[in-house]
Amino acid sequence: MPAEGTGFIASVGRIVRTTAFKLSAVYLMMFVFFAVFVLGYLAWNTRRLLDAQITETIETEINSLAAQSRQGDIRRLTAIIERRGRQLGSFIYLLVDNKGDSVTGNAILHVPALDQRPGWIEAEFNWPDEADDRKRLAKIRVFLLQSGLRLFVGRDLEERARLELSIRRARGWSLLMVLLLGGFGAWFVTKRVLGRVDAIAASSARIMDGNLSERLPVSNTNDEFDRLAGHLNQMLDRIGELMDGLRELSDNVAHDLRTPLTRLRNGAEETLRKATSLEESREGLERAIAESDGLIRVFEAILMIARAETGNLATSLKDVSLEEIASSIAELYEPLAEEAGMPLRLALEPGLCVRANRELLGRALANLVDNALKYGASTAVGASEIMITGRKIDGMIELSVSDRGAGIPEDDRERVMERFVRLDRSRAKPGFGLGLSLVAAIAKLHGGQMRLEDNAPGLRAVLVLPAASGNDPGDEKA
Amino acid sequence: MKILVVEDDAEAGRYLTRALNESGHVADLAADGEIGLEMALSGTYDVLVVDRMLPKRDGLSLIMALRSEKRSTPVLILSALGQVDDRVLGLRAGGDDYLTKPYAFTECLARIEALARRQNPQSAQLTYRVGDLELDRLAHRVTRGDEEILLQPREFRLLEYLMRHAGQVVTRTMLLENVWDYHFDPQTNVIDVHISRLRGKIDKGQGASLLHTVRGAGYMIRDNAR
Repeated sequence: MPAEGTGFIASVGRIVRTTAFKLSAVYLMMFVFFAVFVLGYLAWNTRRLLDAQITETIETEINSLAAQSRQGDIRRLTAIIERRGRQLGSFIYLLVDNKGDSVTGNAILHVPALDQRPGWIEAEFNWPDEADDRKRLAKIRVFLLQSGLRLFVGRDLEERARLELSIRRARGWSLLMVLLLGGFGAWFVTKRVLGRVDAIAASSARIMDGNLSERLPVSNTNDEFDRLAGHLNQMLDRIGELMDGLRELSDNVAHDLRTPLTRLRNGAEETLRKATSLEESREGLERAIAESDGLIRVFEAILMIARAETGNLATSLKDVSLEEIASSIAELYEPLAEEAGMPLRLALEPGLCVRANRELLGRALANLVDNALKYGASTAVGASEIMITGRKIDGMIELSVSDRGAGIPEDDRERVMERFVRLDRSRAKPGFGLGLSLVAAIAKLHGGQMRLEDNAPGLRAVLVLPAASGNDPGDEKA
Repeated sequence: MKILVVEDDAEAGRYLTRALNESGHVADLAADGEIGLEMALSGTYDVLVVDRMLPKRDGLSLIMALRSEKRSTPVLILSALGQVDDRVLGLRAGGDDYLTKPYAFTECLARIEALARRQNPQSAQLTYRVGDLELDRLAHRVTRGDEEILLQPREFRLLEYLMRHAGQVVTRTMLLENVWDYHFDPQTNVIDVHISRLRGKIDKGQGASLLHTVRGAGYMIRDNAR
């Protein structure tokens, strides 16, 4: 069927195009060349060794025969040749007189005997007593005896030919095996790789279709695909977190903007319904404006937190003097703190520099001081002190604001940094529950973090911030 | 004062120009960046109020075009983008002040008037005088009548800013920006306490008080007697 045919061709094409297949093919070619080379070298070397061996045995034999011919007469030599020539697997012997007629011998040479000069020849011959008259090849030494006779002693090269043939066959078979096994291996590897890739592609297609909880398959073999899939899964987790954060944010925005919006609307309706005098209408409108200002503040804090959770500030960070920021904020709040009976004290290690955005860090610090002023009043008289401290620990700068108030129970410390969480359930104090989460967001934007500690008694809010990169306490303003 | 408002939202633009007119200024409205630039170049305006996101020509590009024509008319940027970087970008493009939407009209007006004053060469005087209160910028000396008043450095800067804008409303955020160089909105009455301290030093035991609170807007230093 043509459809199936093209499908098969398409799938073959897919496999052939893969990197795995191309790599396998390259390795296969290298193996083939290697096998050909090794077997070729083996064949050449074996042939050389065999030749050397044959030459040596013929040399020995001819020397012993020549010695015989020198000692005794021709008859003795012929007798020896006849006897040895009958043995199984013997040499080829031929003794020819000076007219070219055979004196004795066990083989028929297919070359004119008299033309042969003394030395080595390779010539065809027949065993006369064998049924088939197939010509064989022999390596022969031609030796001129003193009597003028020519002695041919040779060795059948059948053995060498058989060896060569078997090596040639081995070469063929091994090539076939290499090609078959290699091809099969390449196919297998490619199929496997393609399978993994296809599985990952299928998963990511499902993720793209909206199934965001789906993850890429990991086979637990810890191979490169697992590592890749692991990393991609981590990325998906992070994206998922961001999405959840966004969803949570929009839920919170919906909730926490709806409430003041409802108040705003209710207030406006009430004013419209009940206000009889200009004065009452004015009051209603002023309340509405105050409510909308609060809304804007919530909205800005939410945006800032969202920004902190989705990115960082790296580009707008500069080396700034912590002392300048801390003392300016302390100085800003000092009259208010004094009025509240909570003296503000500053204890900074000299020369601290942070990598920060002055504006945002100032805002964070102001928030913390504001918080301390709101909740940090001690029941003991004269003990309500707010401390701003700065020190360098392990290459990080720790900026803390501590008060002597009721503090925050350990179980609530994590929670209070979340958006809109207010421990003060009566909500008697002003605020939207965004202060600490905003500070935590700013710390995060700086690549740092915020933690809350027990000041025994009271609360200590610690900002851990990266120290300045250089030594220039830049006086640049955000 | 002649003010050009470049704002694409018709309702917001009408509101702002009407409010400015009611405050005794003459305000024109341009609905997009191109018209805005044309009007700013041809007219003689004291202050421009430019929205950042405008059709045809974006607010920042309008300001840059204006500055490249060597026009130094002060510009107040109005923007819905209130992040830290956006303000920096706006000021770098040649804007003189930056106000995030939504804003209180009093804030906007106070800033426009402060910008116009900045253009006035008299604003860079060496001494400021309001009634019998005198501030000497070089000697860092403040006197009321014959009496010298000792101020903390920051109180001096606070008074200096108020006196430079004598007779004008100065908002809390303007004070935080110009005296402390922070641009956030202090949530509690931080600035008020500073003002009342300053008032304690300059107005206490004096016949006429000079430092006034303008309800719903900010503060103003002014000699009522005159």
